[in-house]
Amino acid sequence: MSAPTHLETDILIVGAGGAGMYAAVAAARGGARALLVDKSLISRGGSTIMAQMTVAVAMGEEEPDHWTHHLADTLTAGRGLCNEELSAVLCRDAPDRIREMDQWKVGWARGENGRMRQVMAPGHQLQRCVYVDFLNTGPAVAKTLRTQVAQGDNISRVSGLTILDVVVRDGRAVGAVGMNMEDGSPVTIAARAVILAGGGLTRLYARNSASVNMNGDSYAMALRAGADLIDMEFPQFFPIGHLAPRLVGMDPIMWDPFRYKLGGRLLNGNFDEFIEHYGENDSGKYTSMRDETSYAIWKELEAGRGSPAGGAYLSFEHIPEAQLRAAFGPVIDKLAENGIDLTKGPVEVAPIAHYHMGGVRVDTRMATRVPGLYAAGEAVGGANGANRLSGNAITEAFVFGERAGRFAAEDIDQETLVWEESDAAPILEALAALKSRARPVDQHRDATAGKLWRELQELMWNDVGLLRTDEKLARALGRIRDMRRNDLPALRPSSDAGYNMEILDWYDLRSGLLVAETIAAAAINRRESRGAHQREDLPNQDPAFEKNQTVALEGDAPVLGWMDVVRAPRELLPVEAAQ
Amino acid sequence: MTPEFVTVKVQRGAEGENLRMEEFDVPYRDGMSVLDALMWIRTHVDSSLAIRYSCINANACKECMMRIEGRTQYACTARLETGGATIEPLHNKRLIRDLVTDIVPPKETLGNLLG
Repeated sequence: MSAPTHLETDILIVGAGGAGMYAAVAAARGGARALLVDKSLISRGGSTIMAQMTVAVAMGEEEPDHWTHHLADTLTAGRGLCNEELSAVLCRDAPDRIREMDQWKVGWARGENGRMRQVMAPGHQLQRCVYVDFLNTGPAVAKTLRTQVAQGDNISRVSGLTILDVVVRDGRAVGAVGMNMEDGSPVTIAARAVILAGGGLTRLYARNSASVNMNGDSYAMALRAGADLIDMEFPQFFPIGHLAPRLVGMDPIMWDPFRYKLGGRLLNGNFDEFIEHYGENDSGKYTSMRDETSYAIWKELEAGRGSPAGGAYLSFEHIPEAQLRAAFGPVIDKLAENGIDLTKGPVEVAPIAHYHMGGVRVDTRMATRVPGLYAAGEAVGGANGANRLSGNAITEAFVFGERAGRFAAEDIDQETLVWEESDAAPILEALAALKSRARPVDQHRDATAGKLWRELQELMWNDVGLLRTDEKLARALGRIRDMRRNDLPALRPSSDAGYNMEILDWYDLRSGLLVAETIAAAAINRRESRGAHQREDLPNQDPAFEKNQTVALEGDAPVLGWMDVVRAPRELLPVEAAQ
Repeated sequence: MTPEFVTVKVQRGAEGENLRMEEFDVPYRDGMSVLDALMWIRTHVDSSLAIRYSCINANACKECMMRIEGRTQYACTARLETGGATIEPLHNKRLIRDLVTDIVPPKETLGNLLG
């Protein structure tokens, strides 16, 4: 085994989407040296760049608003399970972050009066969501933060460095081990603090709107480092992901902003409106929340009233072309290239795995229970409870990213760099062992890794997806455990040194399977339906389950527990909230 | 008539190795992208095929640029033609392996950090 490349930094940030980049900027501002790494390319590989529109924030530019109103909507959406302290800091810090991004010239859309435009989104009582035209919020945010990161004197960045595990010494995070994708060589990194900002887990589902990197890395690395997770039974299904006709060059969740700006009618296969039949009033306004809309579409499908491709119709035929073009400009041309004319016919949409409410359990300083280990962005669990309010994902990337970087920089004042090669040795040995069982060069074509990924995705979609039962969950849990125990260890990667996708697949699957097990196990334990967790065999919400489920690792096995919901202390609420 | 399968030819091999074209028969679906075809190959035939992509469909990450039928294109927005396609890595970037080239900005490399 050749000696690994060794790096040293104050704060290692794993994942360079919105949260990771903001954390790097804040850490550097706090006087720390930050090393920002991503398995893909800096600022390009995460979910942030894919965000098309809404960022929820109580700016009060369109109508009077206050962050406590944003908090109230967040808590309502969360169905009683939000960690209210986290939700409160999310909503309270948001205007500062949006203003800071504005100073950095992100280009929030503005009206003729110069005020930021804010649109209504489902679950909000007010016009609260800022955006960058046209459907350009994510790319604009990514570019703005990339510029800030590049200008930071104390920020180093490495693309194509995939982190395999956090290194822990005496119960404290002291760095990490990674692999340089270009040549497969190991890299060790000593750090005084580590921030996990690697996003969510939606790649685990067959139908997803994720980037390929969303395989649960941050959750799995946190678990293996000794931190615990919360609310893992709550992946969010975005109700109206694009389904048909095949559309390229657009994110599948693109229809949401169309509905916010223009309305839009959701129809079943018989061209009838149906959301009302599920107890929601949606007449032309689309105010029903994500969990409810997803459920309604799925039930129509089950009843044989789906659209031809297996979803629902979304129609904008009642909107004049001039109005479509005014609202979405060049996007209308992109649709035309795909053969879609919204004035002439509907498109088909269906639920799609989109986000994860659960994640690493942290306090309001973004610190996990492992000293030196922090989390930021979608990797964090708790702020959104059982169902995330639209627009809160980019907000939490900014707010939690900034807080993680700032507080990690504060906390490391007490810590020196400690590094013993022996602490990293088990991780390095596992990588070497994987490489040593590479299949012979003449066994070139092999798709064992790809097939295992596909099986996991189908299993999660069918049995741990939108509508769950004990039977389906138990079957899935059994197979996932079997995959962890038997299929994964039997995988033999190709012997290629450079850009070895199968070594990456192996590590992605190792994380993905562990995380999948936590979702299935937590879903079995939650014997009720609530938010994104819908049980066909237990259809009602049960007040006895108004508590959070935690997961920790004992040996190789996830162990579940329950905890009381963290309610917001009164001192977090300002005087205005009483009005 | 829509074909059942389409043949794609993909350049394989790493920097310094014998480069070769390999053929794969991919099930054809209306409107599919070249990236759909490459992802299908990785899932069903050969997971060792090296490609660089992350956002899959949104054309946001801009990582999947390659040469398709001799033209530089994004694999996620290029439609797979029913007559098949020849797919090669970018010519003007250093080859790493298969369809992956070195497109990492110079200041974001490990080598740059190590000086």
